Amino acid sequence: MSHLIIKQINKSFGNHAVLKNLSLTVNDGEFVSILGPSGSGKSTLFRLIGGISLPDNGDIYLNEVKINGRRGSISYMPQSPALLPWRNILKNVVLGAELQGPYDTKIALQMIERAGLKGYEHHYPHELSGGMQQRVSFIRALLSPQKFMCLDEPFSALDEFTRLDMQKWLMDVWSEYRRSILFVTHNIEEAIFLSDRIIILSERPATVKHEFVIPFPRPRHEGLLLTEEFLHFKKKVYEKMQK
Amino acid sequence: MKQLIKKGWRPVSVIILFIIVWEVACQAFEIPTWLLPPPSDIWNEAINGWGQYSKHISSTVQLAVVGFLVGSSIGIIVAILLYLIPFMRDAFYPVLIISQNIPVIVSAPLLIIWFGFGMLPKVIIITLVCFFPITIAALDGFRQTNRDLLHYMQMAGASKLQIFKKLEWPHALPAVFSGLKISATYSVMGAVISEWLGANKGIGVYMTLASSSFRTDRVFVAIILVIILSLLFFSLIVYIEKKLVRWKPIEEGNAHESFNH
Repeated sequence: MSHLIIKQINKSFGNHAVLKNLSLTVNDGEFVSILGPSGSGKSTLFRLIGGISLPDNGDIYLNEVKINGRRGSISYMPQSPALLPWRNILKNVVLGAELQGPYDTKIALQMIERAGLKGYEHHYPHELSGGMQQRVSFIRALLSPQKFMCLDEPFSALDEFTRLDMQKWLMDVWSEYRRSILFVTHNIEEAIFLSDRIIILSERPATVKHEFVIPFPRPRHEGLLLTEEFLHFKKKVYEKMQK
Repeated sequence: MKQLIKKGWRPVSVIILFIIVWEVACQAFEIPTWLLPPPSDIWNEAINGWGQYSKHISSTVQLAVVGFLVGSSIGIIVAILLYLIPFMRDAFYPVLIISQNIPVIVSAPLLIIWFGFGMLPKVIIITLVCFFPITIAALDGFRQTNRDLLHYMQMAGASKLQIFKKLEWPHALPAVFSGLKISATYSVMGAVISEWLGANKGIGVYMTLASSSFRTDRVFVAIILVIILSLLFFSLIVYIEKKLVRWKPIEEGNAHESFNH
């Protein structure tokens, strides 16, 4: 069970309001994307959920427990892979778990193999391509004991081909583990393709502008990206973002 | 080996040329040997005088090693304390800077007055010369911790101690080693200076005796010994660094490209 409720959050820096009356929920096993223009306060929202900074008012609940300012309640995948360059892949993958307590190397090795990185366990991050590094970063988040995952524009630095591969891979892994995921992106297509629900944020100060439930059934395949319905839906989302 | 020759021939030929000019100049201008002995004289003294100075070397090496170990440990501990406790940083950073503005040649006699002629004042002198480069280098290393990595660690719920042990310390290791390399060469110099001020053995003593009896060739032998010892210490640290720091630090922007190299 992991289920996130954000209630009426406000956050400002000095005179700049960044988040205003922002409320959202992520249900157990749900994949929710947040779409918003750059600088709309998505990172600030993640900092609040991660407990690095405190909201001016409003509350964040994870499984009915208030987690305002409580670090380590979620597992996290950042925009850059953020792998420790002096640790090999195996040691990097277990870092998230290691921070919380004892961990299981056997499961880690299985996950590495499932991610198609077998043979790279003892390589160092600089020997891997960008896409491979992001996979390592995702496994690290998946192996952390916290069941709720926050993904912060994880594929934004990748090229188009790698990105699609990664999206498909992420969907595969996710449909197996069914973690609750809060995913931040500014790519509409990616958001529709991956999510159960999309939340659109306004410009600063950010508040929830609109919410879409994605009607496409799972499992989804890349062919979906070119169907009439998909493009139509993308247009609807696009129009809402413009207003 | 090939690379060593490729890179090394330039400095080696400069040194050889320098020695030839020196030798020829000494002969041609008939410079008295007490003023400037020719390299051949220094060479002869280095070979024949081994029995004279060998006992001094071990004493200096011992002093330098002990001083370096004490100095670098203190340097690292001071850096960690100053970094982790902001109050300490505010209070002691200026004191540290001031401590480096007092020349050793001034503070050393004081230390002799307080602690006598034994090992202790000498180790203190070497420590004073050694700890500063390490403290500064380590502090810089801690402060330059990669922001992305730090952000990840915080989001993942790492405690302050975990962040230090798992991120900041390993991240600063290359910087710490730059400090250690500087201090390793300083430690030999520190040992020699401390021996000048009062000891019965050591390269510093050998040097003082040589210069007061106008054995300039021996002074040069002492200089060469100091150079060799410093280089040996330096290479030892480089060797340890290579063993310990096997990863490449992240350079801006090449995190994704590096796969292609």
